[in-house]
Amino acid sequence: MGTPRTLYDKIWDSHVVDQLEDEAYILYIDRHLVHEVTSPQAFEGLRVAGRKVRRPDATFAVADHNVPTKDIEKGITDPESKLQVDTLEANTAEFGIPYFSMTDDRRGIVHIIGPEQGLTLPGMTIVCGDSHTSTHGAFGSLAHGIGTSEVEHVLATQTLVQEKAKNMRVTVSGDLPPGVTAKDIALAIIGKIGTAGGTGHVIEYAGDAIRALSMEGRMTLCNMTIEAGARAGLIAPDETTFEYIKGRPYAPKAGTYEQAVAYWKTLNSDEGAYFDTEVELDASELIPYVTWGTSPEDALPITGSVPAPSDFADEGKRGAAERALKYMGLTAGMKLSDIEVDHVFIGSCTNGRIEDLRAVAKIVEGKKVKDTVNAIIVPGSGLVKIQAEDEGLDKIFEAAGFEWRQPGCSMCLAMNPDKLAPGDRCASTSNRNFEGRQGQGGRTHLVSPAMAAAAAVTGHLTDVRDLG
Amino acid sequence: MEKFNKLTAVAAPMPLVNIDTDMIIPKQYLKTIQRKGLGKNLFAEMRYNDDGTEVEDFVLNQPAYRNAEILVAGDNFGCGSSREHAPWALLDFGVRCVISTSFADIFHNNCFRNGILPIEVSPEDLSKLMEDAERGANATISIDLEAQEIRGPDGGVIHFEIDHFNKHCLLTGLDEIGLTMKKEDKVAEYEETRKMQQPWL
Repeated sequence: MGTPRTLYDKIWDSHVVDQLEDEAYILYIDRHLVHEVTSPQAFEGLRVAGRKVRRPDATFAVADHNVPTKDIEKGITDPESKLQVDTLEANTAEFGIPYFSMTDDRRGIVHIIGPEQGLTLPGMTIVCGDSHTSTHGAFGSLAHGIGTSEVEHVLATQTLVQEKAKNMRVTVSGDLPPGVTAKDIALAIIGKIGTAGGTGHVIEYAGDAIRALSMEGRMTLCNMTIEAGARAGLIAPDETTFEYIKGRPYAPKAGTYEQAVAYWKTLNSDEGAYFDTEVELDASELIPYVTWGTSPEDALPITGSVPAPSDFADEGKRGAAERALKYMGLTAGMKLSDIEVDHVFIGSCTNGRIEDLRAVAKIVEGKKVKDTVNAIIVPGSGLVKIQAEDEGLDKIFEAAGFEWRQPGCSMCLAMNPDKLAPGDRCASTSNRNFEGRQGQGGRTHLVSPAMAAAAAVTGHLTDVRDLG
Repeated sequence: MEKFNKLTAVAAPMPLVNIDTDMIIPKQYLKTIQRKGLGKNLFAEMRYNDDGTEVEDFVLNQPAYRNAEILVAGDNFGCGSSREHAPWALLDFGVRCVISTSFADIFHNNCFRNGILPIEVSPEDLSKLMEDAERGANATISIDLEAQEIRGPDGGVIHFEIDHFNKHCLLTGLDEIGLTMKKEDKVAEYEETRKMQQPWL
């Protein structure tokens, strides 16, 4: 037996092609996901240098950021958005890359369709020109976002030049109380360690509360890992993972499936493996979280109040809190549950999966969206949409007064027509509450799907546990 | 990629912590299919009013800092989205070096692919450099990458750390893809072995 290794160490070791210098390694990439916003300059780079895509079969493309969520059949009206999507379509055709078009039922947000199609498998290295690539770590794959120059590097060579990150383990023990979800675990962790807490690390999530999460919940948690500063989050694969993968279109077929599972079962951290940083959290003590400011680390339990700048010891944080309160139009000391919202957005690669939509339906069935609130639900993929409709969820949503849209990134980053106007305030299941993220001057409060549903019904941030 | 060796320039102070890539380049400017031309949109929502006029007190709108080539910024610079449009916008504006106490990982990587030097310094050194930067156009800061030194306007020297590979890339303006392609044999060999061990991939 050699030195005990972490899950990250194992995946890293099995993908090293060569060492360039002390810290720089060439790492093999198993799966490369591509979307329209961060790829045009990479394809152009290939053309200029006369290079090809080394493994079109390991590459997969879909347009998601710019895609309208209404009347997609009519195409894209914004000329710049249209050019970007048309460019992706042309590039995938030229370089022979598999692509789901905007009218394909299987289209959707790249981080939703990767797992859905079985493109995401344990032990893989997965990259995409998008920071929320961390989502795929839920399967025990090393997955992280890259810049466009790196997209070009992967297209040309199927490798990346990388330095090894440090290991961090976040252990979440105990049972999650009713009304508390994976999103609340994520916000609690980010609130605790800060948005730079994971910088330079890969985070492995462990503990019985993590084991108890569905694949959807695990994806939500790994998705938000980047908001804690770590490029990648990992959860060791188990029966829940194998069960999810089995039978998906690109998953291993009978015969090799068993061989794959036998390998996947070796993908966990050895007893005694070294972690540079350890963080612990008790799930049984958690209550639903909301954010009050303009950084995901501005997260507090819904029972709390808006903090004052003087609550922060650090000068930089004090300055940021002052700016955030002004931007958010909030007064220190007011109860978080008194904050009124006029928009609710349910969707995104964080919370646009079927389990998220079921959680919303459970809260809003037989209730009405408050008349001062504009509430939209955007499924993460065409298949999530179809499944939700098969289960009758769309009828529940529409009866309650939600708009039921077509799939895409939508108001998570507002590159398509779905955006907040200046001063609008939104309870959102997305991942970032940065200034202007959901539209210039828009104000975002990050919450779980159940909490977003509760806010839609009452018109203010609400503890979902209080809703009968 | 343009090489980076030495730079003496005006440094603009941005003491705000957690400056994210949405602030550096808001999403409405990500619809371009070019790398160039983003400088005018750098920090757009902080820099311009709704009617397109300049926000007077924003640092890069002040006469002293219009030609800044260095940013001295609060902790965790470049957090958030992986958009390489952030370093492209900085570069197009003319910024070649950002100094902070820490950088988000993806942004940090993206800088090195674009000839921008991100320098990590201690909180003490950052507040010293922030003070220097606040003195405006008459107080330039000098960077020497080879020697790994920052020289303030009063002659004080701060040594900084940088890993060999990234330093080499900046000093030589290296084509990283070309370098990896020279290892083609090793990649092919790796792929062969993997095909046998994990035929499902």
